[in-house]
Amino acid sequence: MTSIGGEARDAFCEALLDDDAEQLYDRAPCGYLSTAPDGTILKVNQTFLTLTGYDRGQLVARMRFVQLLSAGGRIYHETHYAPMLSMHGEAHEIALDLVCANGSRLPVLVNSVLERDAHGAPLIVRTAVFDARLRRKYERELLRAKQRAEQSEAHARALAHTLQQTLIPPTPPAIPNLDVAAAYRPAGDGSEVGGDFYDIFQIGASDWVVAIGDVCGKGVNAAVVTALVRHTLRAATVQHAEPSKALRTLNDVLRQHQTDRFCTVALLRLRQADGEWIGTVSCAGHPLPLFRQSDGTLRAVGQPGALLGIVDEAPLRDAQIKLLPGDTLLLYTDGITEARNGKEFYGEERLAVAATQSYGSAEALASAVVSEALEFQAGRPRDDIAVVAIRVPLR
Amino acid sequence: MVSIAARHNINISGRPDGQPILFAHGFGCDQNMWRYVAPRFEDEFRVVLFDHIGAGGSDPSAYDPQRYSSLSGYAEDVVAICTELELRDAVFVGHSVSAMIGVLAAAAAPKLFAKLVLVGPSPRYINDDDYVGGFSVDDINDMLESLESNYLGWSSVMAPVIMGRADRPELGEELTESFCRTDPSIARQFARVTFLSDNRKDLPAVATPALVLQCVNDVIAPVSVGEFVCDRMPNASMVLLNATGHCPNLSAPEETAAAIEQFVRRSTFALR
Repeated sequence: MTSIGGEARDAFCEALLDDDAEQLYDRAPCGYLSTAPDGTILKVNQTFLTLTGYDRGQLVARMRFVQLLSAGGRIYHETHYAPMLSMHGEAHEIALDLVCANGSRLPVLVNSVLERDAHGAPLIVRTAVFDARLRRKYERELLRAKQRAEQSEAHARALAHTLQQTLIPPTPPAIPNLDVAAAYRPAGDGSEVGGDFYDIFQIGASDWVVAIGDVCGKGVNAAVVTALVRHTLRAATVQHAEPSKALRTLNDVLRQHQTDRFCTVALLRLRQADGEWIGTVSCAGHPLPLFRQSDGTLRAVGQPGALLGIVDEAPLRDAQIKLLPGDTLLLYTDGITEARNGKEFYGEERLAVAATQSYGSAEALASAVVSEALEFQAGRPRDDIAVVAIRVPLR
Repeated sequence: MVSIAARHNINISGRPDGQPILFAHGFGCDQNMWRYVAPRFEDEFRVVLFDHIGAGGSDPSAYDPQRYSSLSGYAEDVVAICTELELRDAVFVGHSVSAMIGVLAAAAAPKLFAKLVLVGPSPRYINDDDYVGGFSVDDINDMLESLESNYLGWSSVMAPVIMGRADRPELGEELTESFCRTDPSIARQFARVTFLSDNRKDLPAVATPALVLQCVNDVIAPVSVGEFVCDRMPNASMVLLNATGHCPNLSAPEETAAAIEQFVRRSTFALR
């Protein structure tokens, strides 16, 4: 370490002597007050007087600190500041407004410490007051920005919720001679739009389409793709009788669309002819629907196909089944099979057991499957769940 | 469902068979406001301390903006606590806004309460024609802004500094960071509900013997407001404390406790 010498040393000593205790106090770069425990001002430095415009005689022994505050500050002082000081012995960085001698307001930051006597009784409060005009202005801007951000978040949530409502048909349409039920349960608290969807609509007399799918991702962007998928399927199924062709059209649309999202779809065309329902199924990366015949046998129908939106030529096939009275068909998303309890998945086997049982209605099947998957993960689905159940009524 | 004891962070001490005395804190802090006063009643009373929902160690998930959109939600809680704990002939001691909460509770369930102690009560903080509450609507908005500007600092910059120091016996370990710290949105609503309330019309209906404890220099509830409360209640008396400020339970616990004792132990003394 180098020590200063010569003239510099003399100047240093002189400065030290000039800066006596009185100057340290009076000309400190902050206002400084000493008050009795009841707040009566005992001593105040010049900086405080300069900041506020009061004369020493107006304050000392005449005013309590709280009386120098704005009305709002007085309430804050009494409900927060004084209790804090009394309980903790100190209070820091409290934002208050002083009312100056000319009536103007001075935003300040205040630190206080409470000194106690040997018996622990409050003796004196020492308070430093910092001019905080610029800081307060900046903080108000920050606060406004925070409030705006909170408002936009609430707005976005409301929007997502509204979108979600439009994406999930509340109840499936009534199809003559066919019992159809659907269930949907969003992940988590349900406040965010999920990627699962289903749609059931009519093409012609005794000609119906059931679609179920899962768009990757969540939130508004996923919802936009979900809407695109649903509307494309509605148009493409009018044009193409075979579900695989409708799915190919959807694949082309997704490939051309400015999205890198992909999706899975199981598309089912149902036609009634001569009193019998014929189903044609095509699956694009989607779990195969489960077909339970009235004799109690269960099998998956269709063949696994490629996810949509990934490659230009997605390999897709159609499979046909004949639905007889008492038969059921269950379409579902992976929110069922991938329901997790710790490290364990609900899985296809449990689902097969549930789907093999006999149910008196499509509604009973759909709700049994969903409630079992929910129960498995203690009622808190990590992923969306969608289910469509179809049953041919007994004659 | 969480028990009422956990929801309100209820702490019971004193004589299990004693007359119950329930201490309720005001806006801003929690039951620690009573830590210098409540223990003085443990020899004779069953002392019950609790936090209002949203304050101190209460269960924040129990806060329902709808329920707590008026003071009656808080009064219902007081009645529920008394009912649940089977408190009979209870003395209710309410500070600041809890004084009016106690008045509302006594109006709703008069049989539960033997006596009311109202510390720094105000049935209306805002001036209204001839009535001087002490504040204007602008003042209340100013206070809400004061709350806002302090939460910026409180939430991020100012880490709670709570130290156990031998020279400051008041800083007990059990005094958690929760003291005077409330979720900003809850504090905002509680402040609004408190300072915009008007309970002047509720006063004449409460015949429970009541004691108004009034400080000489209370900037929140001036002496004239304490007198107003005392005049309007059919069975009230007032004691003027020498204590300064709005929190005599902290600044003058001996004087406060002595005044309460004289009111609540009066009959006992006569028997002795």
